[in-house]
Amino acid sequence: MLLKILSVLAVAGCALALFSLERSPAAKSAAAPDVERGKYLVSFGSCNDCHTPLVMGPNGPAPDMTRMLSGHPQDLVLSSGPALEGPWGAAATHTLTGWSGPWGLSFAANLTPDKETGLGAWSAEDFIATIRSGRHLGRGRPLLPPMPVHYVNTLTDEDLRNVFAYLQSIPAVSNRVPQPVAPAQAR
Amino acid sequence: MNPNRLLSAALVALVTLGAPIWIALSAPRWTTHASSTPPATLAETGLYADARTLTVADGLLEFAPQYPLWTDGARKRRWIALPPGSAIDASDADAWRFPVGTKLWKEFAFERRIETRYMELGRDGRWSYATYAWQPDESSATLAPEGGVAAACESSRGALHDIPGRFDCLACHEASPSPVLGFSALQLSSERDPRAPHADARESGVTLDELVARGLVRNLAAELLDHAPRITARSAVERAALGYLHGNCGGCHNSRGALAELGLDLAWSFEHGSRTLATTLGTPARLQGNGLARQRLVAGAPSDSLLFQRLATREPYLQMPALGTHLVDVQARELIAQWIAELGRRERNSLAHGAAGTRR
Repeated sequence: MLLKILSVLAVAGCALALFSLERSPAAKSAAAPDVERGKYLVSFGSCNDCHTPLVMGPNGPAPDMTRMLSGHPQDLVLSSGPALEGPWGAAATHTLTGWSGPWGLSFAANLTPDKETGLGAWSAEDFIATIRSGRHLGRGRPLLPPMPVHYVNTLTDEDLRNVFAYLQSIPAVSNRVPQPVAPAQAR
Repeated sequence: MNPNRLLSAALVALVTLGAPIWIALSAPRWTTHASSTPPATLAETGLYADARTLTVADGLLEFAPQYPLWTDGARKRRWIALPPGSAIDASDADAWRFPVGTKLWKEFAFERRIETRYMELGRDGRWSYATYAWQPDESSATLAPEGGVAAACESSRGALHDIPGRFDCLACHEASPSPVLGFSALQLSSERDPRAPHADARESGVTLDELVARGLVRNLAAELLDHAPRITARSAVERAALGYLHGNCGGCHNSRGALAELGLDLAWSFEHGSRTLATTLGTPARLQGNGLARQRLVAGAPSDSLLFQRLATREPYLQMPALGTHLVDVQARELIAQWIAELGRRERNSLAHGAAGTRR
C-alpha cells in the first residue's frame, strides 16, 4: 500500500514539475511575444521621435499622443523641401515627421495596426524582413533617412517580434502617409 | 529629437551625392543565415575546369530561360550542376525540388564580365547566395561584400550597375515557391515564345525534354511530358506579356510566396495558369499617392494602370522591379502597352457584340 501511495505521489510530482516547466518564463517567451518588452524597446529606441507628430503645447513642441506612432499626418501635404545651402544637409517639418534631404522627401510611416493605412495587414515576418533588408516588406522600395534602420537591425528576431507585438497592441489610427518623393534629378 | 540622429543623417547625405547611390550605400548589412560560408573566389565554387582559361567544368549544364529577367541589357550566361546520380523532383510542377548540393551560376556582362552570382543548396536544406565581382582584366572574380557594391560599373547605356548584396538575392529568390528562378518547366520548355523580350535567339541551353530524357528531372506530370509547356493566351502578344510578367515580376508577386497576402499574382503556374488578369484588371491599387493610377490595370489605358506606371519608370521609390535595374526595359514597356491596348479592344468588341446580340 505504501509503495502504491509513493508511486502515485511520484507521478503527481512529475506531472507538477512538467506543468511548472511548461509555464516557465522561457517557455512563455518562446510561445508568445512579450508586449511589455516591445513597449520598452519602442520607448528606448525613440520611435516616437519621428513616428508621433509633434504639436505645439504650453511647454513647446510635444508628441501628440492621440496620434501615437501614426506617422506623418496625411493632411500635411508637401511636394518639395526647402533649398539647403552651406552646411545644411537636411530639414524637417515642425511635426518632425516629414524630412527633406539629398534623398528627396521622406515621411515617417504609420506604425499603428490600422489595416488600410498602418501595419494592420502585416505579419511579424513582414516586419522583420523590412528591418533586416531596409526595404518595404523586405522587397520593395528602400526605407529612407532619418530612419535608423541599421541600428534597429541589431535587434534579435525575438525582440523585433516583441516590438511588432507592441505595435499591434496600440490604438489603430487611420492616417495614410504620403509616398516618398525622389529628388528631381532621379525623377 | 535626438540631435545625433539628425546629424548622422545629414552627414551621410552630404558626403554622398545622388540619391540612388546614397540609398544603395545605406542599405544595412544582412545578417546571413546561409547554410555555409561561400568560397572566397569564383574558381573555388567549381564553375571552371581551368580558371586560367575560364573553361567551364564538365558536367555543368548551360541553360537559358525563355522569359529572362531584365538587367539593363546585361548579357547573361547560366549554368547548373547537379550532384552525380541525383535528380530534380518535379512532382510539384511549379516548385521543383532540387537535390542537396545543387549549384547554379549566372554571369553578367556589359562591356566585360562584371559579376557572377552563385547559389548552392546546403546539407541543411537551405540555399546560400553569393556574388563574385570580376577584376577589370577578367582574370578572376572574388567574393563581393555582403552589402553588395553600389555603382560597380556603367551598364551598356550609361546607367550605373550595382552588384547586389546578399539580402538582395534573398529578396527575390526567397519570395517564390522555389528559390531557383529561371530553371523550370515553363522556362526550359522546347516550345519557346518567339515574342519573349530579350530571350537568347540561339539554342544555347538544355531543354526540359533533354533533362527528362537524361533522367535529371523526374516525376514530371504526364501531361507535360506529352505536350511542351507553354502559356495559354488569347493572342501572341498576350502570351509574351504574361510570360514577361512571369519572368520579371512573378518571383515576388505570386500566390505561394512571402508577398502572397498582397493578392497580386503575376506568375504563371501549372496549377491555375495565369491569374494576372484576375488579380489586376479593375482591382484598386493599394499604393496610393499623387499622380499614381488608382487601379492595378485598366483595359485600354496603360497610363491609368499602376502596373504599367511602375514598370515604365525608374523613379527610385516607385519603380518595379524595386531593385536590380536602373533602366526602363523599353521593349517590355512597348509589349505591355500593346497588351493593355489589346485588352481594351477586346473589351470594346465584347460590348459591341453584346449590344448587337441584344438588338437581334
